[in-house]
Amino acid sequence: MNLILELARGMLRRRRRQTIVSVSGVALGVAFFIAIAALMRGFQTYFVNQIIDVAPHITIKDETRLPPAQAAEIMVTDGAVQVHGVKPRDRIRGIRAAGDKLAILEAMDGVAAAPVLQGQALLRYGSRDVSAVITGIDPARHVRVSNIEKDMTAGRLEDLRSTANGIVIGEGLAFKLGVKMGDTISAVSPSGVALSMKVVGLFRTGIQQVDQSNGFALLKVNQVLQDRPNVVNQILLRLADVTRAEPLARQIEARFGERTESWEEQNQNILTVFVIQNAIMYSVTGAILLVAAFGIYNIISTVVFEKTRDIAILKSLGFTEGDIQRLFLVQGIIAGLLGAIAGCLLGALMVEALAQIRFNVNTPAGNDRFILARDWRVYVAASIFAVLAAGIAAVIPARRASRLDPVQVVRGAA
Amino acid sequence: MSDHSDDRAQKPPLIEARGVTRTLPEGVTLVRDISLAIGPGEFVAITGPSGSGKSSLLYLLGLLDRPTSGEVLLEGQDTARLPAKEMAALRLARLGFVFQFHFLLPEFSALDNVLIPIRRLGRLSDKAGRERAMALLDTLGLADAARKLPEQLSGGMRQRAAIARALANDPALLLADEPTGNLDTKNAAAVFDTFAQMVARDGRSVIVVTHDPGLAARATRQVHLVDGRILYDEATRR
Repeated sequence: MNLILELARGMLRRRRRQTIVSVSGVALGVAFFIAIAALMRGFQTYFVNQIIDVAPHITIKDETRLPPAQAAEIMVTDGAVQVHGVKPRDRIRGIRAAGDKLAILEAMDGVAAAPVLQGQALLRYGSRDVSAVITGIDPARHVRVSNIEKDMTAGRLEDLRSTANGIVIGEGLAFKLGVKMGDTISAVSPSGVALSMKVVGLFRTGIQQVDQSNGFALLKVNQVLQDRPNVVNQILLRLADVTRAEPLARQIEARFGERTESWEEQNQNILTVFVIQNAIMYSVTGAILLVAAFGIYNIISTVVFEKTRDIAILKSLGFTEGDIQRLFLVQGIIAGLLGAIAGCLLGALMVEALAQIRFNVNTPAGNDRFILARDWRVYVAASIFAVLAAGIAAVIPARRASRLDPVQVVRGAA
Repeated sequence: MSDHSDDRAQKPPLIEARGVTRTLPEGVTLVRDISLAIGPGEFVAITGPSGSGKSSLLYLLGLLDRPTSGEVLLEGQDTARLPAKEMAALRLARLGFVFQFHFLLPEFSALDNVLIPIRRLGRLSDKAGRERAMALLDTLGLADAARKLPEQLSGGMRQRAAIARALANDPALLLADEPTGNLDTKNAAAVFDTFAQMVARDGRSVIVVTHDPGLAARATRQVHLVDGRILYDEATRR
């Protein structure tokens, strides 16, 4: 094998310029793959992390996935039932026996749970009215399921406890209302209760929708505001292992009956976009590598054509067809390997160059640069693909070379 | 005919053709019903006009080509049904080829060219292989040119390097196809000197295709072909 390797190297070295061109083709393909993968995966990972950070991993809601079965349907299980004029029961919404369920959930391994009551309220300051979603929380429990504490720009969630009717609102909301820390605003719920609330904290998550229309109050305070004493309408869960979210959500829903959504279900539209995005990326970079593979096919074909005499003499010396095939296959793989190595270096350079770029935009999250994923597995995958493509490209000319009849070549040369 | 001693006659000849015919797919017959046995230590010249099938016979005897009918036996072993891989293995270990054109690999030095079959066979250690290659180049007067590329050598030197390569694995039989076709008289005579020496000193057999009667006369036996048939096969008269 050593000998085959040396022969292959000698033959490639003879065609230095052509070799450099085809190796560069592979290198470019690999480099683009790495750079684009770093961009896309970086962005996607950042995005998913944002989603995972901001929202709970699993949300248990005070509703069922399917409308409850009607009495007639339960009675006649095998018939087609049409029910007219059913008046919906005016049941009290909310998660029943929330305390028990919380205890069960908390007992699970790697699960943190927090009860909340979420409801609409109109916030009023001076002459400005802004409608907002107020989430009633238990600060001590809530910090375990949410990163909102990290996003606080003024005050702390704990301050809700020490202030009667305190409220924490998003910076965007504060801006819309024109309030500062310590100002008192009035909140009016759809059920008609009005409370005076003191702004004890501000947060900025970077997601405008959240920052401009969300506020947090104590669970008890919100229950009063919403006129729903002792009601919890969501249980938020955070998991140590995010990937368990979907199966665990199904498990909980099966057990409790309440509609339970994992972060994946809640963001399915975005995740689907990512799948399509990835497909586009892989086909574009794959096409680049495919073109590069043609370059390799070309160079090996040329070498085979030019080396007919050498192939003939090697065969007459006692090299087998397998040896000859390997000799040219190895040349393709060498070209692929060189291309992969050069491509990895070039790709790493491109990633670092992209990292230097600064955008002149001021987003709330403060992202003025590309978010790049530097994952060694991308390099490995690109290299394997390049070497494989090069090897496959070399197979056809290598087979042609191995079938060469030395007698015909020698006759032709004489 | 060559004279074998009795005990040699018991052993099969080194290479033997039995009723060998080679026809190309297009229908041209190169070699017709040739039977021929060559023993160890023979120096055979195959002569004849161009197109008489000299080279074709050589390729058949050298296991480079397969007969359309008839059989070729190397040391008593029928090769007709051997797979290509085993034919290649026999060529590598038992036979050596020299062609009209030197066919040295242009990227490799004379020494590395000689080392190719040695390393492919892999019987010698790196060091021993190198020593053997150097010794071969030395006997062929190429000791100083060992590190040179073929393009840096003269025509005669290249052909001698090619002979060294053919001898690399100490073959029992050396086959040469017009080895002096591209050489001047002096170099051609030197090549034949080498062949004669190989036969006399090393006991190797040599088969040379040549159209030069002067050179053919230096062989111990001449096989003359016309139209793919043996016209005469006799010991060279001295």
